[in-house]
Amino acid sequence: MVPISYYLALSAVLFGLGVVAFIFKRNIITIFMAIELMLNAVNLAFVAFSRALGQLQGQVFVFFVIVVAAAEAAVGLAIIIVIARNRGTLNVERVDSLKH
Amino acid sequence: MSLPLQDLCRVAPEIVLCAFAMLVMLLAPIVPRARHGILSTISVLGAGIALAATRFPAMYPGAAYSGLFRADAFSLFVHWIVCGAAFLVILGSTSYLQREDLDAGEFCALILLATAGMGIMAGAQELLTAFIGLEMSSIASYILASYKRDAPRSNEAGMKYFLLGSFATAFFLYGIALFFGASGSTRLDMMTPLANDSARTLLKMGLGFIFVGLAFKVAAAPFHLWAPDVYEGAPAPVTALLSTGPKAATFALALRILADVGAASPLWFWALWVAAVLSMFAGNLAALVQTSLKRMLAYSSVAHAGYILVALATAAATDHAEAGIAAALFYLVGYALVQLGAFLIVAQLGGPGERHVEIEDFAGVARRQPAMAACLSLFLLSLLGLPVTVGFLGKFYVFNAALESNLIWLAILLGLNSVIAAYYYLRVIVAMYMLREPEQEIAAEPVPWTLSLVLWIASMGTVYIGLFPARVIGFAAKAALNMR
Repeated sequence: MVPISYYLALSAVLFGLGVVAFIFKRNIITIFMAIELMLNAVNLAFVAFSRALGQLQGQVFVFFVIVVAAAEAAVGLAIIIVIARNRGTLNVERVDSLKH
Repeated sequence: MSLPLQDLCRVAPEIVLCAFAMLVMLLAPIVPRARHGILSTISVLGAGIALAATRFPAMYPGAAYSGLFRADAFSLFVHWIVCGAAFLVILGSTSYLQREDLDAGEFCALILLATAGMGIMAGAQELLTAFIGLEMSSIASYILASYKRDAPRSNEAGMKYFLLGSFATAFFLYGIALFFGASGSTRLDMMTPLANDSARTLLKMGLGFIFVGLAFKVAAAPFHLWAPDVYEGAPAPVTALLSTGPKAATFALALRILADVGAASPLWFWALWVAAVLSMFAGNLAALVQTSLKRMLAYSSVAHAGYILVALATAAATDHAEAGIAAALFYLVGYALVQLGAFLIVAQLGGPGERHVEIEDFAGVARRQPAMAACLSLFLLSLLGLPVTVGFLGKFYVFNAALESNLIWLAILLGLNSVIAAYYYLRVIVAMYMLREPEQEIAAEPVPWTLSLVLWIASMGTVYIGLFPARVIGFAAKAALNMR
């Protein structure tokens, strides 16, 4: 059996990659994918803990995370479509009509 | 074993809010566009009934749905704030929606759903419930922020809010995962004793991630950078909602975690301390140089998050957390009242398309719209913390709580920041009363009666609670005592 620390390390790496991509990427869709990656890292951690502790609670939590992520994706993509339509660009650096 | 009927009573406000949101969404396609005012009326009614329905959880306090939710004096108090905020925002935005030609049905339904989410957060006894509540309010807020579909600035606000909000959610969730790994449960009140050192480390990391997620949501420095853009770009009534309801609910969740999870207080104390000081300075210093009133109020709301964080730090510092919790709750009431009023006035005076929200556009408002100028001055003075207003007492209680727990430096910095803040609040009042009107005349639109009613309620509340705080602070203290 693979020890739990492996899963947790993978989860932490995925989460970290998500954070890095969120900060450095410029395309809105890519940033959005970075967030999805972070959420999936969370799911992996939940399932790993759930298995290690022998408790189902964590797996139930994963279902909720998946459902909410889907709802969030629906809203987020709708906003991104509106942005693309109104500005013709998906580069966050060019979406800057609000003062800094 | 509790009866399911009692469980239903404990979530009565949420049921009412969701039912009315569904009703409004069902009616929206049927009612002709010209008569959409009726949807606003129904929604106002819904928020009012939800406010009245808080009687039910008050009658049956206790845990509901096997510990997923909890109805007690604390959650009741926060319910009043968020339902009251929804009531005032929906009522105050009816004329705005007509002026900007926005669809009233979805707008009101989303506000009601977001409020239901905030109510769930207020009563969450389990991190799963807290997460669902947080997301209900957040996802609805993302749509509301970008509600002016054709306005690029509103889109941009929605996008920024969405990206950074989801980012914060991911942190919050990762924290919950680590919390679960450490304690074997996501219940806040049923922490199993920690088995070993590694579990303790996991718990610390988990609480750290949860802190970052919540700090993002309340726009506390250094995680506040999204707030000015979002508050400026979103339609002003939405900003009124965003800067009050979700903030109150998120602070409520943080307080609940502080009260229930023993390990949180020592760990969060310094984080709260630093976040409080940074928020106060970042908010106030940035607000000094703003030219747009809307953006200035956004930065001031960051500073006010800092003041509330002082109260939270106080609650984390001592075993007698009651004073800090009560001060935070009282502050939230006063802050919500005046912040709502101020942003709704900005929505009205900004004129069609909110083009006149620069501070210089407010020059001579006292002559054009004396009543509005008086209300806005009152709200700004309350934000500043002048005696007779509720803002003064809010700051006073926070200050007092900080002194009682020997957090002298926090108290001093709080006082210092109130002085800095005086400059930019007074600048607006000076502009309204003393400066000459701008060259090109800004037409004075008549104030709709709905907005007058809201402003009347908000200003009366500001003065009344400022003069007779006993009942509110008494209930806040009871709520705080009740938590442990």
